[in-house]
Amino acid sequence: MSARTHMPVGREAIETKGWIGAHRYLLLRRTSQLLFLVLFLLGPWFGIWIVQGTLAGSLTLGVLPLTDPFIALQSIVAGHWPELTALIGGLIVLVAYALIGGRVYCSWVCPINPVTDAANWLHRRLDLPKGWQPKRSTRLWVLAMVLVVSGLTGVIAWELINPITMLHRGLIFGAGFVWAMVAAIFVFDLFVARHGWCGHICPVGAFYGLIGIKSLLRVSAANRTACDDCMDCYAVCPENQIISPALKGKPETTPLILSPDCTNCGRCIDVCAVDVFTFTHRFDDHVAAPSDPVPAPNRRAARPI
Amino acid sequence: MSLAGTPLSPQRRRFLQDSARAAGGCAVAGSLLAWLARDARALPAEALRPPGALPEEAFLSACIRCGLCVRDCPYDTLKLAELGVDAVATGTPYFTARNVPCEMCDDIPCVAACPTGALDPGLDNIDDAKMGVAVLVDQENCLNFQGLRCDVCYRVCPVIDEAITLEVSHDARSGHHAMFIPTVHSDRCTGCGMCEKSCVLPEAAIKVLPERLARGSAADHYRKGWEEKEAHGGPLVDGLIDLPDRLPGPGTDNLATPGGFAPTYDLPGVGQ
Repeated sequence: MSARTHMPVGREAIETKGWIGAHRYLLLRRTSQLLFLVLFLLGPWFGIWIVQGTLAGSLTLGVLPLTDPFIALQSIVAGHWPELTALIGGLIVLVAYALIGGRVYCSWVCPINPVTDAANWLHRRLDLPKGWQPKRSTRLWVLAMVLVVSGLTGVIAWELINPITMLHRGLIFGAGFVWAMVAAIFVFDLFVARHGWCGHICPVGAFYGLIGIKSLLRVSAANRTACDDCMDCYAVCPENQIISPALKGKPETTPLILSPDCTNCGRCIDVCAVDVFTFTHRFDDHVAAPSDPVPAPNRRAARPI
Repeated sequence: MSLAGTPLSPQRRRFLQDSARAAGGCAVAGSLLAWLARDARALPAEALRPPGALPEEAFLSACIRCGLCVRDCPYDTLKLAELGVDAVATGTPYFTARNVPCEMCDDIPCVAACPTGALDPGLDNIDDAKMGVAVLVDQENCLNFQGLRCDVCYRVCPVIDEAITLEVSHDARSGHHAMFIPTVHSDRCTGCGMCEKSCVLPEAAIKVLPERLARGSAADHYRKGWEEKEAHGGPLVDGLIDLPDRLPGPGTDNLATPGGFAPTYDLPGVGQ
Protein backbone atom coordinates (compact mmCIF):
# COMPACT_ATOMS: atom_id res chain seq x y z
CA MET A 1 0.00 0.00 0.00
CA SER A 2 1.29 3.36 -0.96
CA ALA A 3 2.15 5.99 1.57
CA ARG A 4 -0.18 8.25 -0.39
CA THR A 5 -3.00 6.49 1.41
CA HIS A 6 -2.45 9.03 4.13
CA MET A 7 -3.01 11.97 1.87
CA PRO A 8 -6.52 13.44 2.01
CA VAL A 9 -8.88 11.54 -0.26
CA GLY A 10 -9.05 13.01 -3.73
CA ARG A 11 -6.12 15.44 -3.30
CA GLU A 12 -4.07 13.89 -6.08
CA ALA A 13 -6.98 13.83 -8.48
CA ILE A 14 -7.59 17.54 -7.89
CA GLU A 15 -3.91 18.26 -8.48
CA THR A 16 -3.76 16.33 -11.73
CA LYS A 17 -7.24 16.95 -13.16
CA GLY A 18 -8.28 20.19 -11.51
CA TRP A 19 -11.21 20.54 -9.10
CA ILE A 20 -13.84 20.38 -11.82
CA GLY A 21 -12.20 17.37 -13.44
CA ALA A 22 -12.01 15.57 -10.11
CA HIS A 23 -15.71 16.24 -9.37
CA ARG A 24 -17.19 15.84 -12.82
CA TYR A 25 -19.56 12.99 -12.10
CA LEU A 26 -20.39 14.33 -8.66
CA LEU A 27 -21.45 17.63 -10.20
CA LEU A 28 -23.37 15.85 -12.96
CA ARG A 29 -25.08 13.68 -10.38
CA ARG A 30 -26.14 16.63 -8.21
CA THR A 31 -27.41 18.35 -11.36
CA SER A 32 -29.38 15.26 -12.29
CA GLN A 33 -30.87 14.91 -8.80
CA LEU A 34 -31.82 18.58 -8.85
CA LEU A 35 -33.23 18.30 -12.36
CA PHE A 36 -35.53 15.44 -11.43
CA LEU A 37 -36.73 17.34 -8.38
CA VAL A 38 -37.22 20.58 -10.29
CA LEU A 39 -39.18 18.78 -13.04
CA PHE A 40 -41.67 17.67 -10.41
CA LEU A 41 -41.67 21.06 -8.65
CA LEU A 42 -42.17 23.26 -11.74
CA GLY A 43 -45.86 22.45 -11.71
CA PRO A 44 -46.81 23.14 -8.10
CA TRP A 45 -44.40 26.08 -7.75
CA PHE A 46 -44.62 27.85 -11.11
CA GLY A 47 -47.61 26.29 -12.82
CA ILE A 48 -45.47 24.70 -15.55
CA TRP A 49 -46.91 21.21 -15.73
CA ILE A 50 -44.29 19.06 -17.41
CA VAL A 51 -44.47 16.28 -14.85
CA GLN A 52 -47.35 15.55 -12.51
CA GLY A 53 -47.29 13.23 -9.54
CA THR A 54 -44.36 11.88 -7.56
CA LEU A 55 -41.63 9.27 -7.91
CA ALA A 56 -44.21 6.65 -6.92
CA GLY A 57 -46.23 7.38 -10.04
CA SER A 58 -46.17 10.24 -12.49
CA LEU A 59 -47.47 11.50 -15.79
CA THR A 60 -45.11 13.41 -18.08
CA LEU A 61 -46.52 15.87 -20.64
CA GLY A 62 -49.88 14.21 -20.23
CA VAL A 63 -48.82 11.08 -22.11
CA LEU A 64 -45.93 9.23 -20.49
CA PRO A 65 -46.95 7.28 -17.40
CA LEU A 66 -44.21 6.14 -15.02
CA THR A 67 -44.67 3.94 -11.97
CA ASP A 68 -42.22 2.75 -9.37
CA PRO A 69 -42.07 -0.98 -10.16
CA PHE A 70 -41.27 -1.85 -6.54
CA ILE A 71 -44.46 -0.18 -5.34
CA ALA A 72 -46.42 -1.85 -8.14
CA LEU A 73 -44.96 -5.21 -7.10
CA GLN A 74 -46.00 -4.65 -3.47
CA SER A 75 -49.47 -3.71 -4.69
CA ILE A 76 -49.73 -6.97 -6.61
CA VAL A 77 -48.46 -8.98 -3.65
CA ALA A 78 -50.98 -7.15 -1.45
CA GLY A 79 -53.74 -8.44 -3.68
CA HIS A 80 -54.48 -5.62 -6.13
CA TRP A 81 -53.86 -6.01 -9.84
CA PRO A 82 -53.08 -2.45 -11.04
CA GLU A 83 -54.75 -0.91 -14.06
CA LEU A 84 -52.90 -0.96 -17.38
CA THR A 85 -51.59 2.61 -17.01
CA ALA A 86 -49.65 1.73 -13.87
CA LEU A 87 -48.41 -1.55 -15.36
CA ILE A 88 -47.14 0.15 -18.51
CA GLY A 89 -45.50 2.87 -16.40
CA GLY A 90 -43.83 0.24 -14.25
CA LEU A 91 -42.61 -1.66 -17.31
CA ILE A 92 -41.05 1.46 -18.84
CA VAL A 93 -39.14 2.17 -15.63
CA LEU A 94 -38.15 -1.47 -15.33
CA VAL A 95 -36.72 -1.65 -18.85
CA ALA A 96 -34.91 1.68 -18.56
CA TYR A 97 -33.12 0.74 -15.36
CA ALA A 98 -32.45 -2.79 -16.58
CA LEU A 99 -30.40 -1.18 -19.35
CA ILE A 100 -28.57 1.61 -17.54
CA GLY A 101 -28.16 -0.10 -14.16
CA GLY A 102 -30.86 -0.35 -11.54
CA ARG A 103 -29.05 1.56 -8.89
CA VAL A 104 -28.58 4.51 -11.20
CA TYR A 105 -31.89 5.39 -9.56
CA CYS A 106 -30.11 5.52 -6.20
CA SER A 107 -27.30 7.85 -7.15
CA TRP A 108 -28.80 9.95 -9.94
CA VAL A 109 -32.48 10.33 -9.01
CA CYS A 110 -33.24 9.43 -5.38
CA PRO A 111 -33.73 12.54 -3.19
CA ILE A 112 -32.42 10.72 -0.13
CA ASN A 113 -29.01 10.26 -1.76
CA PRO A 114 -27.85 13.86 -1.11
CA VAL A 115 -28.90 13.39 2.52
CA THR A 116 -26.89 10.23 3.06
CA ASP A 117 -24.00 11.63 1.00
CA ALA A 118 -23.95 14.67 3.28
CA ALA A 119 -24.06 12.43 6.33
CA ASN A 120 -21.16 10.42 4.96
CA TRP A 121 -19.17 13.56 4.16
CA LEU A 122 -19.53 14.76 7.75
CA HIS A 123 -18.88 11.26 9.02
CA ARG A 124 -15.52 11.29 7.22
CA ARG A 125 -14.70 14.84 8.29
CA LEU A 126 -15.28 13.93 11.92
CA ASP A 127 -13.27 10.74 11.40
CA LEU A 128 -15.96 8.66 13.11
CA PRO A 129 -15.76 4.87 13.43
CA LYS A 130 -17.77 3.03 10.81
CA GLY A 131 -20.11 1.69 13.48
CA TRP A 132 -22.76 -0.95 12.94
CA GLN A 133 -22.09 -2.77 9.70
CA PRO A 134 -24.69 -5.43 9.03
CA LYS A 135 -24.08 -7.62 6.03
CA ARG A 136 -24.70 -6.09 2.63
CA SER A 137 -27.27 -8.80 2.07
CA THR A 138 -29.41 -7.33 4.87
CA ARG A 139 -31.26 -5.17 2.35
CA LEU A 140 -32.31 -8.27 0.44
CA TRP A 141 -33.76 -9.66 3.65
CA VAL A 142 -35.56 -6.35 4.21
CA LEU A 143 -36.85 -6.54 0.63
CA ALA A 144 -38.23 -10.03 1.23
CA MET A 145 -39.68 -8.91 4.57
CA VAL A 146 -41.48 -5.97 2.92
CA LEU A 147 -43.05 -8.27 0.33
CA VAL A 148 -44.12 -10.76 3.00
CA VAL A 149 -45.69 -8.02 5.15
CA SER A 150 -47.43 -6.56 2.07
CA GLY A 151 -48.86 -9.98 1.32
CA LEU A 152 -49.97 -10.65 4.88
CA THR A 153 -51.49 -7.25 5.63
CA GLY A 154 -52.82 -6.35 2.18
CA VAL A 155 -51.19 -2.93 2.48
CA ILE A 156 -48.37 -1.55 0.30
CA ALA A 157 -46.09 -1.93 3.30
CA TRP A 158 -42.91 -0.03 2.46
CA GLU A 159 -44.87 3.10 1.54
CA LEU A 160 -45.74 3.41 5.22
CA ILE A 161 -42.14 4.38 5.96
CA ASN A 162 -40.36 4.80 2.60
CA PRO A 163 -38.29 7.97 3.16
CA ILE A 164 -37.68 8.38 -0.60
CA THR A 165 -41.27 8.85 -1.67
CA MET A 166 -42.11 10.58 1.60
CA LEU A 167 -39.44 13.23 1.11
CA HIS A 168 -40.24 13.61 -2.56
CA ARG A 169 -43.98 13.82 -1.92
CA GLY A 170 -43.33 16.11 1.03
CA LEU A 171 -41.49 18.60 -1.15
CA ILE A 172 -44.24 18.57 -3.76
CA PHE A 173 -47.41 18.25 -1.70
CA GLY A 174 -46.51 19.36 1.84
CA ALA A 175 -44.09 17.75 4.19
CA GLY A 176 -45.65 17.36 7.62
CA PHE A 177 -43.04 15.67 9.82
CA VAL A 178 -41.06 14.19 6.93
CA TRP A 179 -38.12 16.36 8.00
CA ALA A 180 -37.88 14.37 11.22
CA MET A 181 -37.58 11.19 9.19
CA VAL A 182 -34.90 12.69 6.94
CA ALA A 183 -33.02 13.91 10.02
CA ALA A 184 -33.26 10.42 11.51
CA ILE A 185 -31.65 8.90 8.42
CA PHE A 186 -28.95 11.58 8.47
CA VAL A 187 -28.14 10.84 12.11
CA PHE A 188 -28.26 7.09 11.48
CA ASP A 189 -25.73 7.37 8.66
CA LEU A 190 -23.62 9.89 10.57
CA PHE A 191 -23.28 8.19 13.95
CA VAL A 192 -24.77 4.71 13.86
CA ALA A 193 -23.68 3.12 10.61
CA ARG A 194 -21.43 4.33 7.80
CA HIS A 195 -23.36 4.05 4.53
CA GLY A 196 -26.00 2.49 6.76
CA TRP A 197 -29.28 3.33 5.07
CA CYS A 198 -28.47 3.19 1.34
CA GLY A 199 -25.74 0.60 1.68
CA HIS A 200 -27.34 -1.90 4.01
CA ILE A 201 -31.02 -1.32 4.76
CA CYS A 202 -32.97 0.29 1.92
CA PRO A 203 -35.06 -2.36 0.09
CA VAL A 204 -35.77 0.05 -2.76
CA GLY A 205 -32.06 0.10 -3.58
CA ALA A 206 -31.96 -3.68 -3.23
CA PHE A 207 -34.88 -4.00 -5.65
CA TYR A 208 -33.35 -1.68 -8.21
CA GLY A 209 -30.04 -3.53 -7.83
CA LEU A 210 -31.82 -6.75 -8.78
CA ILE A 211 -33.44 -5.04 -11.79
CA GLY A 212 -30.05 -3.96 -13.08
CA ILE A 213 -28.27 -7.22 -12.42
CA LYS A 214 -27.51 -7.61 -16.15
CA SER A 215 -27.42 -3.92 -17.06
CA LEU A 216 -25.42 -2.67 -20.02
CA LEU A 217 -23.85 0.45 -18.55
CA ARG A 218 -20.92 -0.53 -16.34
CA VAL A 219 -17.82 0.97 -14.77
CA SER A 220 -14.65 -0.81 -15.82
CA ALA A 221 -11.21 -0.70 -14.19
CA ALA A 222 -9.85 -0.90 -17.72
CA ASN A 223 -6.63 0.87 -16.85
CA ARG A 224 -6.08 -1.15 -13.67
CA THR A 225 -2.42 -1.76 -14.42
CA ALA A 226 -1.86 1.94 -13.73
CA CYS A 227 -3.31 1.69 -10.21
CA ASP A 228 -0.91 3.01 -7.62
CA ASP A 229 -2.85 1.72 -4.61
CA CYS A 230 -3.77 5.13 -3.25
CA MET A 231 -7.08 3.64 -2.04
CA ASP A 232 -9.06 6.79 -2.82
CA CYS A 233 -11.65 4.87 -4.83
CA TYR A 234 -12.29 2.61 -1.84
CA ALA A 235 -12.73 5.70 0.31
CA VAL A 236 -15.32 7.39 -1.90
CA CYS A 237 -17.23 4.32 -3.10
CA PRO A 238 -20.50 3.84 -1.17
CA GLU A 239 -20.37 0.12 -1.98
CA ASN A 240 -16.62 -0.41 -1.90
CA GLN A 241 -16.85 -4.20 -1.61
CA ILE A 242 -17.47 -4.19 -5.37
CA ILE A 243 -14.15 -2.66 -6.41
CA SER A 244 -11.61 -5.38 -5.60
CA PRO A 245 -12.82 -8.09 -8.00
CA ALA A 246 -12.42 -5.69 -10.91
CA LEU A 247 -9.44 -3.66 -9.80
CA LYS A 248 -7.36 -6.35 -8.12
CA GLY A 249 -8.47 -9.34 -10.20
CA LYS A 250 -5.92 -11.65 -11.78
CA PRO A 251 -4.85 -10.64 -15.30
CA GLU A 252 -7.32 -12.94 -17.03
CA THR A 253 -10.33 -11.73 -15.00
CA THR A 254 -12.72 -9.06 -16.21
CA PRO A 255 -12.03 -5.44 -15.23
CA LEU A 256 -15.77 -4.74 -15.30
CA ILE A 257 -17.55 -3.98 -12.05
CA LEU A 258 -20.37 -6.44 -12.54
CA SER A 259 -21.88 -6.31 -9.06
CA PRO A 260 -25.51 -5.13 -9.04
CA ASP A 261 -24.62 -3.12 -5.94
CA CYS A 262 -22.71 -0.58 -8.06
CA THR A 263 -24.75 2.62 -8.34
CA ASN A 264 -22.85 3.92 -11.39
CA CYS A 265 -22.20 7.12 -9.45
CA GLY A 266 -18.83 7.58 -11.12
CA ARG A 267 -17.07 8.86 -8.01
CA CYS A 268 -14.26 6.31 -8.53
CA ILE A 269 -13.69 7.78 -11.99
CA ASP A 270 -13.57 11.29 -10.53
CA VAL A 271 -11.24 10.51 -7.68
CA CYS A 272 -8.64 8.46 -9.55
CA ALA A 273 -5.61 10.56 -10.45
CA VAL A 274 -4.37 7.96 -12.96
CA ASP A 275 -7.77 7.36 -14.60
CA VAL A 276 -8.09 3.65 -13.90
CA PHE A 277 -11.88 3.65 -14.18
CA THR A 278 -14.15 4.48 -17.06
CA PHE A 279 -17.80 4.08 -18.04
CA THR A 280 -18.33 1.42 -20.68
CA HIS A 281 -20.73 -1.40 -21.56
CA ARG A 282 -20.81 -4.86 -20.04
CA PHE A 283 -19.27 -6.57 -23.09
CA ASP A 284 -16.18 -4.37 -23.14
CA ASP A 285 -13.77 -6.30 -20.93
CA HIS A 286 -10.72 -4.75 -22.52
CA VAL A 287 -7.79 -4.22 -20.12
CA ALA A 288 -5.16 -1.66 -21.02
CA ALA A 289 -1.77 -3.33 -21.41
CA PRO A 290 0.86 -2.53 -18.74
CA SER A 291 2.92 -0.88 -21.48
CA ASP A 292 0.21 1.69 -22.13
CA PRO A 293 1.51 5.11 -21.35
CA VAL A 294 0.93 6.03 -17.75
CA PRO A 295 1.67 9.70 -17.35
CA ALA A 296 1.73 9.91 -13.61
CA PRO A 297 4.91 8.30 -12.13
CA ASN A 298 7.50 10.86 -13.16
CA ARG A 299 5.56 13.77 -11.80
CA ARG A 300 4.82 11.92 -8.61
CA ALA A 301 8.42 11.18 -7.80
CA ALA A 302 9.04 14.83 -7.15
CA ARG A 303 6.19 15.16 -4.75
CA PRO A 304 6.97 15.03 -1.02
CA ILE A 305 5.33 12.03 0.61
CA MET B 1 -25.44 -39.24 7.85
CA SER B 2 -25.16 -39.26 11.59
CA LEU B 3 -24.68 -36.04 13.48
CA ALA B 4 -22.14 -37.50 15.88
CA GLY B 5 -19.88 -38.92 13.20
CA THR B 6 -19.66 -36.03 10.77
CA PRO B 7 -17.79 -32.89 11.71
CA LEU B 8 -19.96 -30.01 10.56
CA SER B 9 -18.19 -27.38 8.56
CA PRO B 10 -17.69 -23.99 10.21
CA GLN B 11 -18.89 -22.30 7.02
CA ARG B 12 -22.17 -24.11 7.22
CA ARG B 13 -22.50 -23.18 10.87
CA ARG B 14 -21.72 -19.55 10.08
CA PHE B 15 -24.26 -19.55 7.25
CA LEU B 16 -27.00 -20.96 9.46
CA GLN B 17 -26.20 -18.49 12.23
CA ASP B 18 -26.24 -15.53 9.85
CA SER B 19 -29.47 -16.65 8.28
CA ALA B 20 -31.13 -17.11 11.66
CA ARG B 21 -29.94 -13.66 12.70
CA ALA B 22 -31.26 -11.99 9.57
CA ALA B 23 -34.54 -13.87 9.73
CA GLY B 24 -34.95 -12.95 13.40
CA GLY B 25 -34.25 -9.29 12.68
CA CYS B 26 -36.72 -9.34 9.82
CA ALA B 27 -39.36 -10.94 12.02
CA VAL B 28 -39.02 -8.09 14.53
CA ALA B 29 -38.91 -5.34 11.90
CA GLY B 30 -41.69 -7.01 9.93
CA SER B 31 -43.94 -7.13 12.99
CA LEU B 32 -43.44 -3.41 13.53
CA LEU B 33 -44.22 -2.77 9.88
CA ALA B 34 -47.34 -4.93 10.06
CA TRP B 35 -48.42 -2.98 13.15
CA LEU B 36 -48.02 0.25 11.18
CA ALA B 37 -50.03 -1.29 8.34
CA ARG B 38 -52.85 -2.14 10.72
CA ASP B 39 -52.74 1.38 12.08
CA ALA B 40 -52.93 2.84 8.58
CA ARG B 41 -56.33 1.28 8.06
CA ALA B 42 -57.95 3.36 10.79
CA LEU B 43 -59.39 6.11 8.61
CA PRO B 44 -60.84 8.96 10.70
CA ALA B 45 -64.59 9.41 10.21
CA GLU B 46 -64.27 12.99 8.92
CA ALA B 47 -61.74 11.99 6.23
CA LEU B 48 -63.54 11.05 3.02
CA ARG B 49 -61.93 9.20 0.13
CA PRO B 50 -62.31 10.49 -3.46
CA PRO B 51 -65.20 9.20 -5.59
CA GLY B 52 -64.81 5.62 -6.72
CA ALA B 53 -62.29 4.78 -3.99
CA LEU B 54 -62.16 1.07 -3.27
CA PRO B 55 -63.18 -0.02 0.25
CA GLU B 56 -60.47 1.12 2.68
CA GLU B 57 -58.65 -2.23 2.97
CA ALA B 58 -58.48 -2.72 -0.79
CA PHE B 59 -57.65 0.95 -1.24
CA LEU B 60 -54.44 0.64 0.75
CA SER B 61 -53.32 -2.26 -1.43
CA ALA B 62 -53.98 -0.26 -4.59
CA CYS B 63 -53.14 3.40 -3.92
CA ILE B 64 -49.48 4.14 -4.70
CA ARG B 65 -49.81 7.64 -3.23
CA CYS B 66 -48.70 9.42 -6.38
CA GLY B 67 -51.07 12.38 -5.99
CA LEU B 68 -52.28 12.43 -9.61
CA CYS B 69 -55.91 12.55 -8.45
CA VAL B 70 -55.07 15.59 -6.33
CA ARG B 71 -53.49 17.29 -9.33
CA ASP B 72 -56.50 16.73 -11.54
CA CYS B 73 -59.08 17.88 -8.97
CA PRO B 74 -60.20 21.27 -10.35
CA TYR B 75 -61.55 22.50 -7.02
CA ASP B 76 -58.59 21.60 -4.80
CA THR B 77 -60.91 19.38 -2.83
CA LEU B 78 -58.49 16.50 -2.54
CA LYS B 79 -55.26 16.60 -0.59
CA LEU B 80 -52.60 14.08 0.32
CA ALA B 81 -52.27 13.19 3.98
CA GLU B 82 -49.09 14.57 5.51
CA LEU B 83 -46.90 12.55 7.83
CA GLY B 84 -47.77 13.15 11.47
CA VAL B 85 -50.23 15.96 10.63
CA ASP B 86 -53.26 14.13 9.27
CA ALA B 87 -54.46 10.94 10.89
CA VAL B 88 -54.93 9.41 7.44
CA ALA B 89 -52.43 6.92 5.97
CA THR B 90 -49.55 9.16 4.86
CA GLY B 91 -49.65 10.22 1.23
CA THR B 92 -53.13 8.91 0.47
CA PRO B 93 -55.79 11.27 -0.95
CA TYR B 94 -58.76 12.43 1.09
CA PHE B 95 -60.99 15.42 1.65
CA THR B 96 -62.78 17.00 4.56
CA ALA B 97 -66.32 17.93 3.57
CA ARG B 98 -66.59 20.87 5.96
CA ASN B 99 -63.46 22.45 4.39
CA VAL B 100 -63.87 21.76 0.68
CA PRO B 101 -66.60 19.36 -0.43
CA CYS B 102 -66.57 17.33 -3.64
CA GLU B 103 -68.14 19.25 -6.52
CA MET B 104 -69.13 16.04 -8.30
CA CYS B 105 -67.59 16.82 -11.71
CA ASP B 106 -69.38 15.02 -14.54
CA ASP B 107 -66.13 13.75 -16.08
CA ILE B 108 -64.75 12.60 -12.68
CA PRO B 109 -61.15 13.73 -13.43
CA CYS B 110 -59.73 12.20 -10.23
CA VAL B 111 -60.87 8.73 -11.26
CA ALA B 112 -59.56 9.28 -14.79
CA ALA B 113 -56.17 10.30 -13.38
CA CYS B 114 -55.71 7.28 -11.12
CA PRO B 115 -53.14 4.99 -12.77
CA THR B 116 -53.71 1.96 -10.56
CA GLY B 117 -57.46 1.63 -10.19
CA ALA B 118 -57.47 2.54 -6.50
CA LEU B 119 -60.23 4.86 -7.72
CA ASP B 120 -62.41 2.42 -9.61
CA PRO B 121 -62.50 3.32 -13.35
CA GLY B 122 -65.85 1.49 -13.47
CA LEU B 123 -67.44 4.58 -11.92
CA ASP B 124 -68.72 6.45 -14.97
CA ASN B 125 -71.61 8.35 -13.43
CA ILE B 126 -70.73 10.60 -10.51
CA ASP B 127 -74.25 10.19 -9.13
CA ASP B 128 -73.33 6.59 -8.37
CA ALA B 129 -70.39 7.64 -6.17
CA LYS B 130 -70.43 6.55 -2.54
CA MET B 131 -67.96 8.71 -0.66
CA GLY B 132 -70.10 8.49 2.45
CA VAL B 133 -73.64 9.19 3.56
CA ALA B 134 -74.94 12.48 4.95
CA VAL B 135 -76.62 12.18 8.33
CA LEU B 136 -78.54 14.90 10.13
CA VAL B 137 -76.70 14.21 13.35
CA ASP B 138 -77.96 17.05 15.53
CA GLN B 139 -81.73 17.48 15.57
CA GLU B 140 -81.49 19.67 18.66
CA ASN B 141 -79.63 22.41 16.80
CA CYS B 142 -80.82 21.97 13.21
CA LEU B 143 -82.82 25.10 12.40
CA ASN B 144 -85.43 23.21 10.40
CA PHE B 145 -86.08 21.05 13.44
CA GLN B 146 -86.87 24.28 15.31
CA GLY B 147 -89.63 24.88 12.81
CA LEU B 148 -87.57 27.44 10.85
CA ARG B 149 -87.09 27.40 7.10
CA CYS B 150 -83.30 27.24 6.77
CA ASP B 151 -83.35 24.53 4.09
CA VAL B 152 -79.76 25.28 3.06
CA CYS B 153 -78.59 21.66 3.05
CA TYR B 154 -81.54 20.76 0.89
CA ARG B 155 -80.98 23.67 -1.51
CA VAL B 156 -77.27 23.01 -2.09
CA CYS B 157 -77.62 19.26 -2.59
CA PRO B 158 -76.48 18.41 -6.15
CA VAL B 159 -79.04 15.60 -6.13
CA ILE B 160 -81.79 17.81 -4.68
CA ASP B 161 -85.19 16.18 -4.04
CA GLU B 162 -83.60 12.76 -4.38
CA ALA B 163 -80.69 12.58 -1.94
CA ILE B 164 -82.28 15.10 0.44
CA THR B 165 -86.00 15.78 0.60
CA LEU B 166 -87.98 17.99 2.95
CA GLU B 167 -90.56 15.91 4.80
CA VAL B 168 -93.46 17.89 6.26
CA SER B 169 -94.58 17.17 9.79
CA HIS B 170 -96.55 18.86 12.54
CA ASP B 171 -94.80 21.47 14.66
CA ALA B 172 -95.95 20.52 18.15
CA ARG B 173 -94.30 23.59 19.70
CA SER B 174 -96.40 26.21 17.96
CA GLY B 175 -99.29 23.84 17.44
CA HIS B 176 -100.29 25.21 14.06
CA HIS B 177 -97.16 25.28 11.90
CA ALA B 178 -95.35 22.71 9.83
CA MET B 179 -91.77 21.54 10.17
CA PHE B 180 -89.83 20.79 6.99
CA ILE B 181 -87.45 18.05 8.03
CA PRO B 182 -84.36 17.52 5.81
CA THR B 183 -84.31 13.80 5.16
CA VAL B 184 -81.37 12.00 3.54
CA HIS B 185 -82.00 9.04 1.27
CA SER B 186 -78.92 6.88 1.42
CA ASP B 187 -79.48 5.20 -1.94
CA ARG B 188 -79.12 8.54 -3.73
CA CYS B 189 -76.68 10.38 -1.44
CA THR B 190 -73.14 10.37 -2.89
CA GLY B 191 -71.47 11.77 0.25
CA CYS B 192 -70.13 14.80 -1.60
CA GLY B 193 -70.45 16.92 1.53
CA MET B 194 -72.09 20.02 0.02
CA CYS B 195 -74.72 19.92 2.77
CA GLU B 196 -72.13 19.66 5.54
CA LYS B 197 -70.06 22.45 4.01
CA SER B 198 -73.09 24.73 3.70
CA CYS B 199 -74.75 24.13 7.07
CA VAL B 200 -75.12 27.62 8.56
CA LEU B 201 -74.45 26.54 12.13
CA PRO B 202 -70.97 27.10 13.61
CA GLU B 203 -70.69 23.31 13.77
CA ALA B 204 -72.59 21.49 11.07
CA ALA B 205 -75.76 19.69 12.15
CA ILE B 206 -75.60 17.51 9.04
CA LYS B 207 -72.40 15.56 8.48
CA VAL B 208 -71.12 13.12 5.92
CA LEU B 209 -70.08 9.91 7.64
CA PRO B 210 -68.49 6.79 6.21
CA GLU B 211 -71.18 4.29 5.39
CA ARG B 212 -70.13 1.95 8.20
CA LEU B 213 -70.93 4.67 10.75
CA ALA B 214 -73.90 6.20 8.99
CA ARG B 215 -75.96 3.09 8.44
CA GLY B 216 -77.22 -0.01 10.10
CA SER B 217 -78.08 -3.09 8.14
CA ALA B 218 -80.96 -5.52 8.22
CA ALA B 219 -80.17 -9.19 8.65
CA ASP B 220 -80.34 -11.21 5.45
CA HIS B 221 -83.08 -13.49 6.74
CA TYR B 222 -85.50 -10.68 7.67
CA ARG B 223 -88.73 -10.73 5.65
CA LYS B 224 -91.35 -8.03 5.77
CA GLY B 225 -94.76 -9.74 6.07
CA TRP B 226 -96.64 -7.11 4.13
CA GLU B 227 -94.17 -7.26 1.25
CA GLU B 228 -94.29 -11.06 1.13
CA LYS B 229 -98.06 -10.95 1.19
CA GLU B 230 -98.12 -8.42 -1.62
CA ALA B 231 -95.70 -10.45 -3.70
CA HIS B 232 -97.71 -13.62 -3.09
CA GLY B 233 -101.00 -11.92 -3.89
CA GLY B 234 -102.69 -13.08 -0.67
CA PRO B 235 -102.01 -14.63 2.73
CA LEU B 236 -99.07 -17.00 2.70
CA VAL B 237 -100.84 -19.47 5.01
CA ASP B 238 -104.22 -20.75 3.90
CA GLY B 239 -107.21 -20.63 6.23
CA LEU B 240 -106.07 -17.64 8.28
CA ILE B 241 -109.00 -15.65 9.65
CA ASP B 242 -108.48 -11.91 9.16
CA LEU B 243 -109.81 -10.43 12.41
CA PRO B 244 -110.93 -6.78 12.39
CA ASP B 245 -108.22 -4.39 13.49
CA ARG B 246 -108.98 -2.64 16.76
CA LEU B 247 -108.73 0.99 15.81
CA PRO B 248 -109.44 3.91 18.10
CA GLY B 249 -112.88 5.41 17.58
CA PRO B 250 -116.52 5.00 18.42
CA GLY B 251 -117.54 1.51 19.31
CA THR B 252 -114.21 0.39 20.70
CA ASP B 253 -113.11 -0.04 24.30
CA ASN B 254 -110.55 2.72 23.97
CA LEU B 255 -111.65 5.26 26.56
CA ALA B 256 -109.35 7.92 25.13
CA THR B 257 -111.37 8.21 21.97
CA PRO B 258 -114.70 9.92 21.69
CA GLY B 259 -117.48 7.37 21.97
CA GLY B 260 -115.25 4.81 23.64
CA PHE B 261 -116.84 2.62 26.27
CA ALA B 262 -115.58 1.03 29.44
CA PRO B 263 -114.64 -2.62 29.18
CA THR B 264 -117.19 -5.02 30.57
CA TYR B 265 -114.57 -6.59 32.82
CA ASP B 266 -112.87 -5.03 35.85
CA LEU B 267 -109.22 -4.19 35.58
CA PRO B 268 -107.33 -4.96 38.80
CA GLY B 269 -106.46 -1.80 40.71
CA VAL B 270 -108.91 0.33 38.81
CA GLY B 271 -111.80 1.43 41.01
CA GLN B 272 -114.88 1.67 38.85
